[in-house]
Amino acid sequence: MNINAKTQIQEFRSVGTRPVRQDGVDKVTGRARYGADYNMPGQLVGLVLRSPHAHARIKSIDTSAAEALKGVKAVITAADLPDHADGDEGLLEILDNCMARTKARYDGHAVAAVAAIDEATARKALGLIRVDYEVLPHVTDVDEALKSTANVVHEHATSRVDPEQNVPLNVHATEEFGHGDIEAGFAKSDLIVERSFKAEQSHQGYIEPHACVASVNADGTGDLWVTTQGHFSYRIVCAQLLGMDVSKLRVTSSEIGGGFGGKTHVWAEPVALALSRKAGRPVKLTMSREEVFRSTGPTSPASIDVKIGVSNEGVITSAYAHLRYGCGPYSGVWGMLGAMTAFACYDIENVKTIGIDVRINRPKTAAYRAPSAPVAAFAVESVLDEIAQKLDMDPLELRFRNAVKNGSRSSYGPTFGTIGLVEVLEAVKSHPQLNVPLAANQGRGIACGYWFNIGGQTCTTLNIGVDGTATLTIGTVDVGGSRSSMSLVAAEELGIDYDKVKTVIGDTATLGHNDTTEGSRGTFSSSMATINAVKQAIGVLRERAAKMWEIPVDDVVWEKGCARAVGEEHGNLPTLSLAEIAKEAPNTGGPIAGHSEIVAEGVGVSFGAHICDVEVDPETGATKILRYLVVQDAGRAIHPAYVEGQYQGGAVQGIGWALNEEYVYGADGRLQNAGFLDYRIPVCSDLPMIDTVIVEVPNPGHPYGVRGVGETPIVPPLAAVANAISRATGVRMTHVPMSPPRVLAALENAKVT
Amino acid sequence: MVDVNVWGSLSTCTDNQKVIQIEATTIRGLLRELVEKYPGAAPWVKRGISVSIDGEIIRDDWSKTLPDDAEIYLIPRMTSG
Repeated sequence: MNINAKTQIQEFRSVGTRPVRQDGVDKVTGRARYGADYNMPGQLVGLVLRSPHAHARIKSIDTSAAEALKGVKAVITAADLPDHADGDEGLLEILDNCMARTKARYDGHAVAAVAAIDEATARKALGLIRVDYEVLPHVTDVDEALKSTANVVHEHATSRVDPEQNVPLNVHATEEFGHGDIEAGFAKSDLIVERSFKAEQSHQGYIEPHACVASVNADGTGDLWVTTQGHFSYRIVCAQLLGMDVSKLRVTSSEIGGGFGGKTHVWAEPVALALSRKAGRPVKLTMSREEVFRSTGPTSPASIDVKIGVSNEGVITSAYAHLRYGCGPYSGVWGMLGAMTAFACYDIENVKTIGIDVRINRPKTAAYRAPSAPVAAFAVESVLDEIAQKLDMDPLELRFRNAVKNGSRSSYGPTFGTIGLVEVLEAVKSHPQLNVPLAANQGRGIACGYWFNIGGQTCTTLNIGVDGTATLTIGTVDVGGSRSSMSLVAAEELGIDYDKVKTVIGDTATLGHNDTTEGSRGTFSSSMATINAVKQAIGVLRERAAKMWEIPVDDVVWEKGCARAVGEEHGNLPTLSLAEIAKEAPNTGGPIAGHSEIVAEGVGVSFGAHICDVEVDPETGATKILRYLVVQDAGRAIHPAYVEGQYQGGAVQGIGWALNEEYVYGADGRLQNAGFLDYRIPVCSDLPMIDTVIVEVPNPGHPYGVRGVGETPIVPPLAAVANAISRATGVRMTHVPMSPPRVLAALENAKVT
Repeated sequence: MVDVNVWGSLSTCTDNQKVIQIEATTIRGLLRELVEKYPGAAPWVKRGISVSIDGEIIRDDWSKTLPDDAEIYLIPRMTSG
């Protein structure tokens, strides 16, 4: 179901249709090549030795026995990755995370690596490396890390915070947002609800582990084949870390089996390059699932306090949130993002949020799809649900009364332009799921969510083939069908059929820099650049047609995939098709192409609302999702099926986080459940069909009205599920995941109290 | 001269003022003047600041002009997943 908002939207020929995915055949027949599917002649196998300690000083590393083993071609430690950061703390952090320099800062931190002729030899060599550790006290809990007695996770890292504020040493950064006077606002409230919440750490859970093949030549050039969300960014960071010229490292992105933010950072790639440089041969390095869990970047564990005051009419008079996010041993921006998004759905006169990044002995936190926003929404939307219960008000009506609209001042500052939260809520209100009756032990939860979206540097090239078909080269990695979406956009602009355009992802030598596919920017940014590139190519096509007709180019227009002569003198000429012009290209000036290099600005924010129906088994605490609805503003859906896929995927990941997914650390600081048997993500049989509604309130900053859609869908689910469970059981849930033991404990505790 | 709204944490570098006056016609000029007037803001600019002009958040294009009477907010530069 598509709902077009009242805002005027454009009519399209190709955009908005649902053609077959261009990369689909390769994927369903197994021909698509992912990170581990590439091989080079003479390739070695790379493996990494990882710290078993959560926090330990590395006193010495003896690699001599490993180096002496037959078949071993290179062994590296941090000594083989010298500091080229030139004082850049951020770069030095990345280097330290890729290979521990003086201390292992979490269980799974890389301390050495081996390249050998086969895996058995490499694994044997790892066992021969002797690391002398001095084990240090550790802290893996966010609130424990903030206590003055906690050990210091990173003694050299600087803090963003004014030292005069006397903040704990494990605080990396504190960010504050808001406006008005919250105390005055609370004084005016008829009802105040205040609660604390906790969210455990989860992983993106992409099915494809990190994998790459690295080849560094003696002349200082190199190639990297890798699964990544951003091969251009990987090139820059890897070249900087290894002291290479950026232009001499060519990075090719493979197909990607999921990233969701986890493949925006380098982890093993600089190690593979360093091994290849030392061995003089290509090196393939593929992480195991256990390594992915222990040593890449999960999302933050978090601890949040929320206080909201309302009038008896359900108008929020004041709101406050204090949000604490774990960022691993290094720096982070997660507190900032949580503080900016917590109340972004609501128009509040008095609001204040404080977000803190807390250093802990866990892996470096990476982005995970609208990072920080899901747990912030969990806390805020749960309190709003409780307020609705106490006011005996429909929770949807409570959202309507406070929803931001065009001209509302956001909780983090700027005034919103054209946004679609009210249209989203109207679509929710009219959806039949709200009328499905609920039985005993069943509950319905609603929650809203927000994400900013971003633009950034983007390049595309359109080449017209000799037969009039077109090849579009883009530089944003395709994580959700963007190649097909870009073919739709190019077909739309050119006026030809979708199946006459083939879109490919260019490597780093093919295009200028493209920012990483993150922040829901892929379709937004690359479609903008594609439109520009096609317009440029059309300009060339008009010139060529003018030459063929021997008339002024101003007398040629482009319509429906053809050049048409206009004016009294030439208007009766038959049109020239794209194929006819392309065929004549050798005699009219050569190859025909269009290019675009832009910084995509004009990004449109996106709001969503989810409805979740659950049934809770009071005997076991297990929760079954009965029905689930995602409604979100897409601005304009280029390929609606892929937009729906993003909605469904985000919801499913959020449901998994809400119900089961969590990192479990032992008292020794070691991760206890580094595998999909013990870290349970949802599978198809766990879930009903996720229903979706695409609302379209066009973004005025994009030629077609596109908004990014990839991240907002994961923001509401934690709260939607929590509110549903709370209403089903009568017990307010404040700790995710709401796994059966945790729900059962809450039910038992409620009986006692 | 334009009125520039700064977010809470950055205001620790602007003498705790949430609204400051800057003589600038572009984002580039705004950020340059910000650092000249409030040197403590330099690390923040280096880490990344986005500028919202009448609600449109500009992350990268420092050539954007600042219209008269525009609502201008400084916010941290976004990263994401």
